Amino acid sequence: MIKTTGLSKTFKGGVEAVRGVDLSVEAGEIVGFLGPNGAGKTTTMRMLTTLLRPTSGTATVAGHDLLADPRGVRRRIGYVSQGGGINLMNPVAVELELHARLYGMRREDARTRVREVLAQLELEGLEERPGGALSGGQRRRFDVAFGMVHRPALLFLDEPTTGLDPQSRANLWEHIRALRSVRGVTVFLTTHYLDEADALCDRLLIIDHGRIVAEGAPAELKSGGRTLDDVFLDITGRSLREEAAA
Amino acid sequence: MTRDTWLLFRQNLDITLRQKVGIVFGAVQPLLFLVLFGPIFATIGTWETLVPGLIIQLGLMSTGLAGFGIVMERRFGVLERLRVTPASRLALLLGRVLNNVVTLVIQTVLLLAVGYAFGLRAPLAGVLAGFVLVIVLGASLAALSYAIALTLNENLFAPVMSTVVIPLVLLSGSFLPMSMAPPWLDALSRISPFRYVLEALRELFAGRYLTGTVAVGAAVTVVFAAVSLTIGTRVFSRENA
Repeated sequence: MIKTTGLSKTFKGGVEAVRGVDLSVEAGEIVGFLGPNGAGKTTTMRMLTTLLRPTSGTATVAGHDLLADPRGVRRRIGYVSQGGGINLMNPVAVELELHARLYGMRREDARTRVREVLAQLELEGLEERPGGALSGGQRRRFDVAFGMVHRPALLFLDEPTTGLDPQSRANLWEHIRALRSVRGVTVFLTTHYLDEADALCDRLLIIDHGRIVAEGAPAELKSGGRTLDDVFLDITGRSLREEAAA
Repeated sequence: MTRDTWLLFRQNLDITLRQKVGIVFGAVQPLLFLVLFGPIFATIGTWETLVPGLIIQLGLMSTGLAGFGIVMERRFGVLERLRVTPASRLALLLGRVLNNVVTLVIQTVLLLAVGYAFGLRAPLAGVLAGFVLVIVLGASLAALSYAIALTLNENLFAPVMSTVVIPLVLLSGSFLPMSMAPPWLDALSRISPFRYVLEALRELFAGRYLTGTVAVGAAVTVVFAAVSLTIGTRVFSRENA
C-alpha cells in the first residue's frame, strides 16, 4: 500500500528533515511511525499525503506514483493532521458533506455517509454546531471523521489521540481497529503514546535524524523483557515518555 | 474542476450570506463617504465622478482584503485538509474568488442604490458595462489578495494590506480626479492600474462608451486579471501553500 525508496526532503536553508527513507506498508496493516520530536515523522507523512514534494526518492502510495499522479494518491487516502482542520464558522456536518462531495460523492450518498460516520464516532447530535462550539475531544473525533468520510483505502493519522481523555482514546482505538477489520483500511499513524503503539499497531517504524533506525512488530522489538520505552531510549538516546511530555 | 469550484463557491457563499451584517459592514466606508462627503463634493463635481471612485475604493477594501479569510483557514488547518482532497488547486482558488465577486456585486448594488437616492444619474448601459469591469477587477484583486496572504507570514498580512490599500485608493483618484493633482502626483498615480479602471468607469457612468479612456481601462483590467489569476493559481498550486 506504501512503498518508498530513498525518500528525502531538504528544506530551504539546507535542513535535511528526511534522509533516504525506505519503507513498505502492506494492505490491511496498522503501522505506527515513532520518533523523537523533529525526527522527520510529520515531514515524511506530509510527503506521503502529497502536501510536500520530496527532494529526491520515489514512492508509490495506494497504487499511485506520488510524483507522477498526486491526484490519484489523494483520491484514495484520508489524512488527519496533527492540528486538525475544522472550520470554526460552519456547521460540522455541512463541512463533512462538502468534504465527501469533493471526493466525487453525490449529495444523497454524502449525507448518508456523514450520518454513518457520525454514528460510528458517537458524534450524533452535534451536526449543526460550528467547529468553534465543540470541545477539544469532539473536535479531534470530527478530524478523524474528515479522514474517513470518503472511505479511503489508506488512512494517515498524525498524533490522532493527542489531547483526548483515556476513555476517548480507547474509543478511537476501537474505531481504528474496526476500520481495518471491517473495511480492510490500511492505517499509518504517528504517536507519542507507547501504550497506543503497543496496543494498536501490527508493526512499528522508528525514525531518528530523518532515517528509519528500527522496524518490527511490537513484540519483536520488546524481546528480552524490555519495554518499548527501553527500546526507544536505546535507539534514539531519548525517552518517548519525555518526548510525549515535551 | 467546474464541479469542485461550484461546491466550494456554494459553501463559501453560504457562510457569507449567513453573516449579512458582514456584507453591509464591508461597504460601510464607501457608504459613509457617499453620505457625508458626497453632498460637499457635489458642489464642485458630479455624482457620476464620485460614485465610480467609491466603487473602486469598495473593490480595494472588499476583495483586496479577501485574504484575511484564508489566513484563518490556514491557521486552523482547513486549507491543508482541503489540499489533501482530489479537488483541483484552481477550484480551491476560484470557489473563494467567485464568492468574493458576488459579495462585491451586492455591495456595489447597495452603493449605487444610495447613490441614485442622492442624485446619481448614470445611464443603465453605462452602469451595466461598469459592472463587467467591477467583476473582473474584483476577481483579480481577490486572487491577488489570497496569493499575498499565502505568501506572507500570517501575522503580516493585516498590517501590510491595510497600509497598502489606502495609498492605492488615494492614487486611483477615488475622491478627486488625478487630473487635479500636481504633476509629480499625477505621474505617480499612473503606476497604479486602478487609476485607468476608474477613469474608464467614470466615462461609462457619464454615458461615453466608445472612447480611448474606456478602451485603455478595459485593457488594463484584462491584463491585471491575467497577471493576478496566474499568480493566484501558482501560489495555490505550489507545495506547502
